[in-house]
Amino acid sequence: MHELGITQSIVDAVLDAVEEPTIKCVHLEVGRLSGVVPDAIRFCFELVADGTRLASARLDITEPAGRGECRSCGLEIDMEDLITRCACGSVDIAVLAGQELRIKTVEVG
Amino acid sequence: MCGTCGCADEESKTIVLEQQVLAKNDGLADANRNWLQTRGIAMINLMSSPGSGKTSLLARTAREFDAAPLAAVEGDQETGLDAARLRDSGCPVVQINTGTGCHLDATMLADGLRALRPPHHSVLFVENVGNLVCPALFDLGEQARVVLASVTEGADKPLKYPHMFRAADLVLLNKIDLLPHVDFDVAGFIDAASMANPGVRVQRLSVTTGEGITEWYDWLGEQAHA
Ligand SMILES: Nc1nc2c(ncn2[C@@H]2O[C@H](COP(=O)(O)OP(=O)(O)OP(=O)(O)O)[C@@H](O)[C@H]2O)c(=O)[nH]1
Ligand SMILES: [Zn+2]
Ligand SMILES: [Zn+2]
Ligand SMILES: [Zn+2]
Repeated sequence: MHELGITQSIVDAVLDAVEEPTIKCVHLEVGRLSGVVPDAIRFCFELVADGTRLASARLDITEPAGRGECRSCGLEIDMEDLITRCACGSVDIAVLAGQELRIKTVEVG
Repeated sequence: MCGTCGCADEESKTIVLEQQVLAKNDGLADANRNWLQTRGIAMINLMSSPGSGKTSLLARTAREFDAAPLAAVEGDQETGLDAARLRDSGCPVVQINTGTGCHLDATMLADGLRALRPPHHSVLFVENVGNLVCPALFDLGEQARVVLASVTEGADKPLKYPHMFRAADLVLLNKIDLLPHVDFDVAGFIDAASMANPGVRVQRLSVTTGEGITEWYDWLGEQAHA
């Protein structure tokens, strides 16, 4: 389960960046094409945050949808999956959105 | 103020980070990459499901490839068996036990480089943990990524693990000596790989019989002198 490693990276990054004693909420962006499962992060978060300044923090995750641009015909399309076929038949799609794996903001106080 | 989840109240303050989750790993991977580049070392990150033949390929390569010196970093969840097998074939190896971790990261690799001190102008293999999911997410600082699949796995592997195949610079299809005995659709596999990664090079290989091994050494030679 790689979400454990990802969650550890999230907790470490927040603890490095924020000095405040109590962190109330962490806002994440986990794109639908990122290969990372938000529920698994939620599950791991309690475990990893335990005993740190993040112990009582909430996790708020938004999941940007996948968008791509066809390298053959230039059409912009929705991507449900990393492998998506354009209407023109091509599968050579440049991903524009949906691969986010980003810490947006942190709520302290 | 937090508008999305209602977590904010009067006493709270929002700190904007806008930071990649893997920023720290990516930074360390870049440092590894620079370290390797200044020494002319070509690092190849080898990834596959468990048992596709990574260690066998490296052991054979260590015996036969002579265009550059070789060294290896072995990522294993528990044992040092793979490292011992490689050492027997004359290749300097360090073993990194990842414990419960299912992938190597750039920090572990930096430790491995310090312990191994690979020679200048060598080819350095990293045998990643056998798993097609998370090694794809963690940059180690490698020059190229090789994904190894074998004909005893499903031909639809690239569709099931598109992140891994998308990240590959080279796909090797190993154990083709077994094709007469297994029901494996080679053309379907190549199609699937090129759906996940249009234009990717797919090479057939049998580490056991040596079929396709020359093409592998050619590719490796190009990497060594890139
Ligand atoms: N028939 C056949 N067997 C092979 C070939 N290459 C490897 N094997 C066998 O496949 C098994 C697994 O090979 P390994 O080299 O240990 O695979 P690995 O990817 O290093 O395995 P892990 O480190 O456990 O993930 C061994 O029994 C090998 O002998 C091949 O080309 N043909
Ligand atoms: Zn992992
Ligand atoms: Zn198109
Ligand atoms: Zn192995």
